[in-house]
Amino acid sequence: MKTNDVILQTTTKVVFFIIFLFSIHIFFAGHYTPGGGFVGGLLTTGALLLLLLAFDLKTVRKALPFNFLIVVALGLLIALLTSAWPMLFNEPFLTHAFGDYDLPFLGESSLHTATLFDLGVYLVVVGAGMTMIQTIGGDT
Amino acid sequence: MNMTNLLLFPILIPFLFAILLLFFKESVLMQRILVMTGLFFSTVSALYLVFVVKEDGIQTVTLGSWPAPFGITMVSDMLSALLVTTTLIITFFVVLYSFYAIDEGREKNFYYPAILFMITGINGAFTTGDIFNMFVFFEVFLMASYVLSVLGGEKKQLRESIKYMLVNVVSSAVFVITVAYLYSIVGTLNMADISVRIQEVNQPGIISVIAILFLIVFGIKGAIFPLYFWLPSSYAAPPIPVLTLFGALLTKVGVYAITRTYTLFFLQDISFTHMWLMGLSLLTVVVGIIGALAYFDVKQIIIYNIIIAVGVILFGVSLMDGTAMEGSIYYLIHDMLIKAALFLLIGILIYVTGTSNLREMGGLMKQYPALGWTYLIAAFGLAGIPPLSGFIGKFLIVKGAFQAGHWIGAIAILLSSLAVLLSVIRIFIYAFWGEPKPTPERSKTRYNRMMIPAVLLVTLTVLYGVGTEALVPYMSDAADVLLDPSAYVNAVLKE
Amino acid sequence: MELLMAIIIGILFSAAVYLILSRTLLRVILGTGLLSHGAHLLILTMGGLDGGAPPVIADGVTDFADPLPQALILTAIVISFGVTAFMLVLSYRLYAEHKTDDLNMLRGNDEHD
Repeated sequence: MKTNDVILQTTTKVVFFIIFLFSIHIFFAGHYTPGGGFVGGLLTTGALLLLLLAFDLKTVRKALPFNFLIVVALGLLIALLTSAWPMLFNEPFLTHAFGDYDLPFLGESSLHTATLFDLGVYLVVVGAGMTMIQTIGGDT
Repeated sequence: MNMTNLLLFPILIPFLFAILLLFFKESVLMQRILVMTGLFFSTVSALYLVFVVKEDGIQTVTLGSWPAPFGITMVSDMLSALLVTTTLIITFFVVLYSFYAIDEGREKNFYYPAILFMITGINGAFTTGDIFNMFVFFEVFLMASYVLSVLGGEKKQLRESIKYMLVNVVSSAVFVITVAYLYSIVGTLNMADISVRIQEVNQPGIISVIAILFLIVFGIKGAIFPLYFWLPSSYAAPPIPVLTLFGALLTKVGVYAITRTYTLFFLQDISFTHMWLMGLSLLTVVVGIIGALAYFDVKQIIIYNIIIAVGVILFGVSLMDGTAMEGSIYYLIHDMLIKAALFLLIGILIYVTGTSNLREMGGLMKQYPALGWTYLIAAFGLAGIPPLSGFIGKFLIVKGAFQAGHWIGAIAILLSSLAVLLSVIRIFIYAFWGEPKPTPERSKTRYNRMMIPAVLLVTLTVLYGVGTEALVPYMSDAADVLLDPSAYVNAVLKE
Repeated sequence: MELLMAIIIGILFSAAVYLILSRTLLRVILGTGLLSHGAHLLILTMGGLDGGAPPVIADGVTDFADPLPQALILTAIVISFGVTAFMLVLSYRLYAEHKTDDLNMLRGNDEHD
């Protein structure tokens, strides 16, 4: 059955990027205010889900040809390694370092290794969410 | 070499290798190499951890460098170090066995990563010093166990694993509720801190309610008397190596959690809480015996023996007596090893006969003498015939029970040994004696290769029994911490 | 406020128990969802509903809410999300294999001796 989704598809093309950018904003906002990898990841998954609704599984697979399980593994690996590296300096697991730096263009910013850990969380959430949706949505 | 994080290695190495395995989904050979490397390194680190705990006392690390009652503390005392080591050794042998007992479809579908994730969760639950973190680690290994129990997607597996999941989801919800109650009373989640605060708030009534709730939660996972109902059928559904891991490790996490909470937190009204534990553990032994003697299915017989062992161990714990506690720890580790060995042997038995029904087996002694004798040794070990491994644990538990004046319990445990012996010897008599029955053609090399890990594991249990004397200092260290919570508390809070 | 929360949690738990005791698998799964919602609300209530400011560092605020129950709830929500998703996939596969979602038809304890 072919349905006419012109309105949905056209708006999706715009809205997808808005949600995606907002998810990145939320991801970085997690620094000192509410937000972070988990919420950011869920929002990104939401954006991808919208793509799935507007187009179909095949098109999205073609546009995003990742194996999402590898994304999960990559995320876990990043999270594990960033929390394990303090062990090299005999510090407890999960210890994070932070400091204020004067960066070109961005000016005075504080950098935190927890962001890297959060990146891992973000990838795990996106990967796991998409894997679940593709598994259930795969055979209808 | 840095040592602050040593106690995390048995948790993190399996986790790292589980992640690495996810990248090699298609290559079975690569997966086998990686999983063995990972287990080897984690076992070495765990053995070293036992050594360090023996030399320097309880090891702690607080994640993220937060000060002790606020951050998540990981604590490794002798009991958890020993359990972590035993877990890894058993997994090593079971994985070796899986190479010949698991089909390629499962191997390519995250069988090994799921095992390693489960080990991560189990070792984490043994090591953590934070009650909510324990919940998280429980969920980690439960999630992996759901995957393992459903992997393969046979009709029976699907049916049983949904029930297994439902029971565990409900028990996890009760776990969260109990932690919430506990938090509202003591305002902390650090187990050492909880132990101190419970004495300070002095509310024996409410604390007893929480104690019973914890008994329900961990009792569901550990299969004590009224709550064991889910265990036999859901453990019997997955293939033998998975059954071995579940039977040897998962219920023991519940037993460990009951032991830990009942020796660290709930010491105010022992005559109430520990009496419940004692009564239920004796009833657990009784229902286990009924099941073990009633079935003609080899899997079910050994599965009901898990339930008996849980009862015996918890009976020893509930006495709160030095001798009995040491006996319980001896018996706990013995039971993990011997159950793993027995399940592996049962797996070979089922492989060579093609059935798990005892009535359809017979006269295997001529064809498979090695299997018969190994099984007999393992069976005697389980029943506790000296000098094999089950003897010393049960002996100390019974001795402790007589010392404490609980002679009914002591006699019940003694009689249970006879029933256990009968139930496992029944398998021997039916399967190995009598008229040979037709068996399907089986590959001799595969049989031999499956025998290697089983024989090694049985040898290990024999050594555990014969070398009891050498293990005494380790066991008494473990029992001392359980009976004297202040040692645990001081190590964590560094007072 | 605590009383209201207690009543809501009670309603959630009773609805959850009712659903879990029903025979349709999907209802049972929805019941476990409600059960975990009730548990999460319980953590929130047990942590104390004192109405402090959000536990994020800001100038001029001294009365913070306890962040720990919130962290616990977040963790518990993530876990129950994962477990429920897995359970839904599993029950879908179960339905496809067994052609039924009636738990009475899924007993299967009469096959071993």
